[in-house]
Amino acid sequence: MKKRNAILTILSILFLIAFLYYADNRFNAYQIRVLNLCAIYAILGLSMNLINGFTGLFCLGHAGFMAIGAYTSALLTMPVAVKDQNFFLAPINEALRTVTLPYPAALLVAGILAAVFAFLIGAPVLRLRGDYLGIATLGFAEIIRIVITNLQTITNGALGLKAIPAKTTLWWSFGIAALTTVVILLLIKSSYGRAFKAIREDEVAAEAMGVSLFRHKVLSFVIGAFFAGVGGGLLGNLLGAINPLLFRFTLTFNILLIIVLGGMGSITGTVISAFIVTTGLEFLRFLDQPFSLGFVQVPGIAGLRMVVFSALLMLVVLFFRRGLMGTNEFSWDYIVGLFKNMCKGTGKPLSKGGIK
Amino acid sequence: MTFDVFLQHLTNGISLGSLYALVAIGYTMVYGILRLINFAHGDIFMMATYFTFYSIVIFGVPWYAAFLAVIVVTGALGIVLETSAYRPLRDAPRISIMISAIGASFLLENLAIVIFGGRPKAFPAPDFFTEVIRFGTVAIQRLTFIIPVMTLVLLFVLLYLINNTKSGMAMRAVSKDYETSRLMGVDVNRTISVTFGIGSMLAAVGGIMWGMKFPQIQPLMGVMPGIKCFIAAVIGGIGNIHGAVIGGFVLGLAEILLIAFLPDLTGYRDAFAFILLIIVLLLRPTGIMGEKIAEKV
Repeated sequence: MKKRNAILTILSILFLIAFLYYADNRFNAYQIRVLNLCAIYAILGLSMNLINGFTGLFCLGHAGFMAIGAYTSALLTMPVAVKDQNFFLAPINEALRTVTLPYPAALLVAGILAAVFAFLIGAPVLRLRGDYLGIATLGFAEIIRIVITNLQTITNGALGLKAIPAKTTLWWSFGIAALTTVVILLLIKSSYGRAFKAIREDEVAAEAMGVSLFRHKVLSFVIGAFFAGVGGGLLGNLLGAINPLLFRFTLTFNILLIIVLGGMGSITGTVISAFIVTTGLEFLRFLDQPFSLGFVQVPGIAGLRMVVFSALLMLVVLFFRRGLMGTNEFSWDYIVGLFKNMCKGTGKPLSKGGIK
Repeated sequence: MTFDVFLQHLTNGISLGSLYALVAIGYTMVYGILRLINFAHGDIFMMATYFTFYSIVIFGVPWYAAFLAVIVVTGALGIVLETSAYRPLRDAPRISIMISAIGASFLLENLAIVIFGGRPKAFPAPDFFTEVIRFGTVAIQRLTFIIPVMTLVLLFVLLYLINNTKSGMAMRAVSKDYETSRLMGVDVNRTISVTFGIGSMLAAVGGIMWGMKFPQIQPLMGVMPGIKCFIAAVIGGIGNIHGAVIGGFVLGLAEILLIAFLPDLTGYRDAFAFILLIIVLLLRPTGIMGEKIAEKV
């Protein structure tokens, strides 16, 4: 069994690499961009799921950490000439002007900076509980955004940054997404992960069992923020232009939506729903253009896409509360069992997907 | 800063604070009963301004009739929102209801963009309200006086409703203990609908006043005031109506006075509300008027 699963895993990884190679060479720029976005949203979803889904901290500050990451990575990868072009209103901070780092180092710094901010924020705020924590972290994300809007010499203020080097390739985004998945999976399976889940289930009981609430909450928060920062950096270098308005609450909500649709506390669910939501949003673009329903001609209404999207979202929340996967995870045994059952055709009910 | 200018700022702060208070009451009532941050409240507030705009500008209804109609319609909108988006999730985990609230908020915003258009519109403020009254060198719009008076009147009406009527008693019962009040024969669903209706009507009054004070309306105008009013409710101690009013006044006054005394920080105006919130939460985790909750194990 173990051997079979290992072979299947290796095969699927090889298949993914082959697919990426094919996509990198054959897909058009738009398709590659959407694939990149999918992987980045998977990273962001995983990092938020670690905080919200596994540790049970209701945190709405993701956009803030992403903003820190995106700005850091963008400023560190831009060449001097581009920086001078961007900062035409007020000259850029002299120390920042000449610094350029290779992309991986810039991403790492982006993640670390986001994690440092998360630590500074988390240390006081994580004492709060439930909705209060949510609203306080939402507040911090807004504060970060407003500070970025006002720091003209460092972030170029409301004008934002343009012509950020397009360093994000499929290999970077999928590679880091895979890395994030592995790190979070290992973390969840470690004693830290069990402590996180204990905190989620019952804080008081966890504390009574000797789990240090504060330490584990801060740890989960900081690690989540680190990956949010890296994801933000990838996003900035993919989009090529960022400004403070990009990092409004809407962005946090998109990620929250991904983890809720996938199932809070399921890594598999988060990854799947990151792909579904991102491609779904692109797919719905036809709504903004004129289209025909066979007999009626619908004129294009700008914004109809978002109406349909929010309505769909509400329907999902109202009728599929547990999300796609609940707290279940993908496992080969389940898939193989499914195939065997289909071949046999017996009506034996399947046990719900096991935890690996 | 001369005394005149200070007075001008002070009246401004008080009227802004009363607007915050009006909307914050809606948040606090819903939170008190359902333990839900009603993210769509700010968008109901936005809808009210658009309803007013359409009834006055397009249908030519006189303003007093329009205001009444808008208040009723907005109340109905709140009830519809509650029955469609929150009622099916009564027994669901809190996070689902929260997501549903955020979804409802997005739906309302996007609907407004599609139906009303994204371009800002000018709010048709009646002359009666915008007329400027002069006291020596201080020039103040009549509206600036009407808003706080209106808020206080509505507050007392609301307190009377809650303390002296049967539905008010039901509301208090449901917010104290949901399950037990159901066992005692309180129609919980009806009570919650009434709460949403009243909250939304207050938001409508707030929206109309807001539109007259800041006469530019657009589909996303409800977001920032919505969050700030929620902050006001939390600062005052959520679930407590007096707290919401106090929080609203504190936030409104502090915001205006900050800009008045430290004009350099104007860009940080919106951040200020959040900073105040975090300070209050860290010092008094349940807000100014909130009761200390003992943890039951």
